[in-house]
Formats: sequence, C-alpha cells, structure tokens
Amino acid sequence: MLEIKNLHARIAEDGTEIIRGLNLTVKKGEVAAIMGPNGSGKSTLSYILTGRDDYEVTEGDILYNGESILEMDTAERAAAGLFLAFQYPVEIPGVATMQFLKVAMNEQRKARGEEELTTPEFIRRVREAAGELKIDMDMLKRPLNVGFSGGEKKRAEILQMSLLEPTLCVLDETDSGLDIDALKIVSEGVNALRSPDRAIVVITHYQRLLEHIIPDSVHVLYKGQVIKSGDKELALELENNGYTNIIKDAA
Amino acid sequence: MNMQSKRPITAAEQALVDSFVGKLGSLPGNGAITAIRDDFIEDIKQNGLPTRRVEAWHYTDLRNLLKKIPDGDGEAGSGAVEPLVAGSGVVSVLDGRADDVDAPDGVSAGFYRDALSEGIAAQRMVLQSTDDLIGRLNGAFANDGISLTVNDGLNLTDPLEIQVVQGGGQSHSRFPVTIGRGATGTFIERHISQGDDATLASSITDLHVGDDADIVWVISQERGLSDTHFGQINIELGTNAKLTLFVANAGGKLVRQEIHISASGENSELVLRGVNLLGGDSHTDVTMTLDHLVPNCVSTETFRNVVFDRARGVFQGQIKVAQIAQKTDARMACNTLLLSDEGDFSSKPELEIFADDVQCAHGATVTDIDENHLFYMKARGIRERKARAMLVKAFIAEIVEELDDEALIEALENRFENWLDAHG
Repeated sequence: MLEIKNLHARIAEDGTEIIRGLNLTVKKGEVAAIMGPNGSGKSTLSYILTGRDDYEVTEGDILYNGESILEMDTAERAAAGLFLAFQYPVEIPGVATMQFLKVAMNEQRKARGEEELTTPEFIRRVREAAGELKIDMDMLKRPLNVGFSGGEKKRAEILQMSLLEPTLCVLDETDSGLDIDALKIVSEGVNALRSPDRAIVVITHYQRLLEHIIPDSVHVLYKGQVIKSGDKELALELENNGYTNIIKDAA
Repeated sequence: MNMQSKRPITAAEQALVDSFVGKLGSLPGNGAITAIRDDFIEDIKQNGLPTRRVEAWHYTDLRNLLKKIPDGDGEAGSGAVEPLVAGSGVVSVLDGRADDVDAPDGVSAGFYRDALSEGIAAQRMVLQSTDDLIGRLNGAFANDGISLTVNDGLNLTDPLEIQVVQGGGQSHSRFPVTIGRGATGTFIERHISQGDDATLASSITDLHVGDDADIVWVISQERGLSDTHFGQINIELGTNAKLTLFVANAGGKLVRQEIHISASGENSELVLRGVNLLGGDSHTDVTMTLDHLVPNCVSTETFRNVVFDRARGVFQGQIKVAQIAQKTDARMACNTLLLSDEGDFSSKPELEIFADDVQCAHGATVTDIDENHLFYMKARGIRERKARAMLVKAFIAEIVEELDDEALIEALENRFENWLDAHG
C-alpha cells in the first residue's frame, strides 16, 4: 500500500536535509510502528507524506497503491485516502467542529465523484462515531479544537479518522499528552479501524502506546533513515535498552 | 482674509458648489435653515475638501480621492428591496425622498423634509467638529429623511429596517431617532444602490438611546462599485442604556463612516462591532470618537477587516475618558486580514484619559491567513480555495456570532458570504 523508496527531503526554507535515504514498505492491513529518538525525522516524515509545502523531496519516491503521490497536493492526497492524525491538532476559531467535519467529508466525496451526504445521514454518522469515542456532541458544536483539552483534541482526531474512512492512516505521536484513560479510548478507536483494507502507521516515542495498539512491524528511524526493522519485540527491546545499541550496530 | 496663497478650487469642489446653486430654491427649509445651508457650502467653497493636513482626515485625503460629483437626484425610480431580515418592518428613502412611512405600533415617524420646512431641524444641524465635512455636506444638501420616536417601554418584536435606496446622482438624508426609556428592539440601517450610475450619498443618523433601553442598531453599507458614501451616526447613551452597534461595510468605492458616541448616562454599555470587507480599488474609512463623560460605563469596540485587491482601509478610534468618568472600562481592537500585497490598512487608536481609575486598552493586528490552519484543513481534503474562503468567513464569524439573534446572524453572514463569493 505504501512504499517509500530512497527518500531524501529537506526543509524548503534553509535546505537542511532531514530525510536521508529512507526506505519503508507498509502492506495492506498492516500496522507499522515508527520509533526513534528526538530529531530523527519522525514528524517530518508525516508532513512529507501529507505534502506540506515546507519540505522538498530531492530524491526518491513515495508510492501509494503503486502510484507516486509526490505531484499531488495535500487535499488530493487526503481525498485519495491518506489521513494524518496530528501531534498538535490545530485550533481554528470561528469554524464549528460539525461544520468542519461536514465540509471535509463532502469535499472528499466530491473529489471522488460520490454524492454529498445528506444532513441527517451526516449527523447519524457523527453521532455513532462520537459515541464510540465517548465524545459529547456538545463539544462538536464548539469551534474546532478551540478550548479542547489535550485528550479531547486527540479523540477529535480519531473521530475525524473514523468519519473520513481513510485507507492509509498516519498517527503522529497520538499518545503525547494523553492520560491512561484517554490513551485507552484513543487506542480502542484506532483498533476499531484496523481492517484488511487499511494500513496504519503509528509514530511514537514510547512502547506504552504499542501495548494498546499492537503493531505488526516496528521500524527504527535515526537521522532520516530506517536503521532497523523487526516485529513488536523490537519495541520492547527499545523500551528496555534505549536506542544506543541499535544506533551503534547500524553505524 | 487669507494671507497665504489660496489653493485653487478643485473640479469636485466646484461641482459641489454648482450642484448647490442648481438646487437653490428647491431644498426645503425656512430662513434659518437656508442660512445654515449657505454657511456650510460657503465653508466648502472657501476651505475646500479636507486634505491629509487635516488630522481627522489624514488617511482619507478627500481632495485627492473625491474626483467626480454625480449630478441629479437619481431619477432611476429606485424601489424598496426585501429587508435584510425577513419579517422586518421597512421604512424607506427612495432616490432621496422618504416614502410613505408605515411605522410599527408604538413608533411614530415623520418626514425630515417637514422638520426642515418648519425650521426645527436647525437644532440638528450642529457640526461634530470644525472638520466635520459630512455634517456640512449633509447639512447643505439634505432634503429628506425619516425621524422615528420609539415609545417608552416598547418591545419591538420584529426588526425595523430603514432603507436608503439610490439609483445614481446625489442623496443626502437625515434620520433623527429617539428611543424611549426602557424600550428594546433591533434597527437596521441599510444603504443600497440600484443601477450602474454613480451615486454620491451622505446620511446622518442622530440616535438617542433613552435610559434603560436595550437596542441593537445595524448599519449595512451595500453601495455599488463606483459610489461615494458618507455616513455618520451620532449617538447619545442614557443611564443604564445598552447599545449593540454593528457596522458592516461591504460596498462602495469611496466610503467614510463616522461613529460619534457620547456615553452621557451612568452604567451604560456600548458593544460596537464592525466588519469591513474591502476589495477592488476602494477606499473605506471608519472613524470613531467615543466620549466617556460619566462614571461606570463599559464599552468594547472590535473591528474585523478583510482586504483584497488594491483596497485601502482606515480605522481611527478615539476614546476620551473625562476626569469624572471613573471606573470606565473601554476596550478597542482592530484586526485585519490582509490578503493582498497591494492592499493596505491603517489603524490609528487614540486614548485620552483624564480619570485615574479606569481600564482602557487597545490593540491592532494585521495578518495573513495562518498557514497552519490552511494545512490542517487541506490535510482533511478541503481544497485550498475552499479552505481559504472558510478561514476568511471564520475570521468574520467570530464577531457576527456575538450577536444574540439567530435571524440577524444568518442574514449578515449571508450578506458577507455573497460579497466574498463575488470577490474572494
């Protein structure tokens, strides 16, 4: 589903290279965890996957369902089924969450040539998804993410993910800022979206999240490259021994 | 009289004088009114239109900006339009003449032309300052308008819309409005152009809000692309009175809206909100003076401006707090979304505080659309154009949605949306 081939990318403004020859393949139905120390390029990778202008790909390619997405803009990638759950969801004053959800769902449907949702059908879907994530409908009447607690913001991200039904989900440090209860709810939300047709990439610092969302594969990112891949045991090893040994082995 | 060399009269100044001469004998008014009219036009003739050297007009150099004076009184046969909020009562001034007025129960209405003929309008024709060009222009040319008196304690259920509709030429009208003690209601003052002919309009509203009254007053300026609009509202706030004043500029080529408020009754509250949507080659100036004359009054003023194309905007906000006006709480903000490199916006706050126990604040911001907001929306599949439009609307919506009236909010948001769809 996702193939990243020898990817090199830099910050557009100052030319600093962040991703330096990254290779990664994630298959349909797979949950892949990407771990790595601070500054290894984890968040940058998520931005490059979604096509943020601040970064330039200088070499290599990103294939999604066998086709390069590098020429697609952010909105086209989203409509094609790529979803990024933000580490820091953005507060947008003046845009009610419900209105935002409706526009996003319908814009994606339009881009795919599907009918727009009727208002009752839209509300039914939101109600159902919000209920599972224990999100109060009143919260959705407020401006998007404005005044939401850290936990509410992350739950709102998962709500969007479940409503938009993407085929490739990238979760950028979704566990940061969550207490144990919120972590459980969010993880259950993600697990509910596991499906043979969907791939999920979980970017995280800590093994903790991976106790709730059990990955099929674990990849260690360091200095813009995947330096080691393994199964879920690799995450445990990292938790116990840190990154130092793996970095030494790779060097 | 003048030692310095007198500057030559401009074509526009001469056209105003000629236009006045052409109307001699046809403008209503007794001897006293006629004398005041003559004085005002003589001043324009002698001193000319204000330039940037006149402090109050520094950012709106009328001598340079006002080039053409349309003639005539608008013979297009303008008709009343659907009110902004469905179900509103409507009184109208069409092509400069007040239409038969059908005011709601508890509101008495009169023609300003009668007040002019009888001479009682003379007391109104007082200038706000020595540089009050709008007062002079309107005073010299005003031929009609509508006066409204709202009975004490009246609860106006539906909004009352005052429509000023003009189809080219000149229109100068005045609206003396007295809100009785404890009355409540919503009033919508709308300035509309019909047809393609250029209009020069001046309109002055004198609004007296009685003690304990609670009023929403909306000014919606919807002039055409080649029109000049001079608006002025002079407000007096009584004891315990509350006024929510919403000023919406989305139209016109050269616009100046003055707001002069005198908080003269204790414990009054003023909520002033404004939205200025500026596009094309337009120039729009909102100038406010607020005098806190008594203790314990609260006022907040927030303006949201969106600038497209080569448009220029101005906000001048002056708050004066008199020495006895202790415990005044006045907060002013002017936020601008500048969406074009060629557009500009000038904001000038002025605070003059003579009392020592007050809270006064002002702030001005100028920003572009936040790239983080844009990226987040695009990451959810919302195309750039749509996302930008949503963010512009959100910027305005924050102000509009403070109004406590669903129908009014919807009407204003529709109005802004239509303008943005045409300009965005």
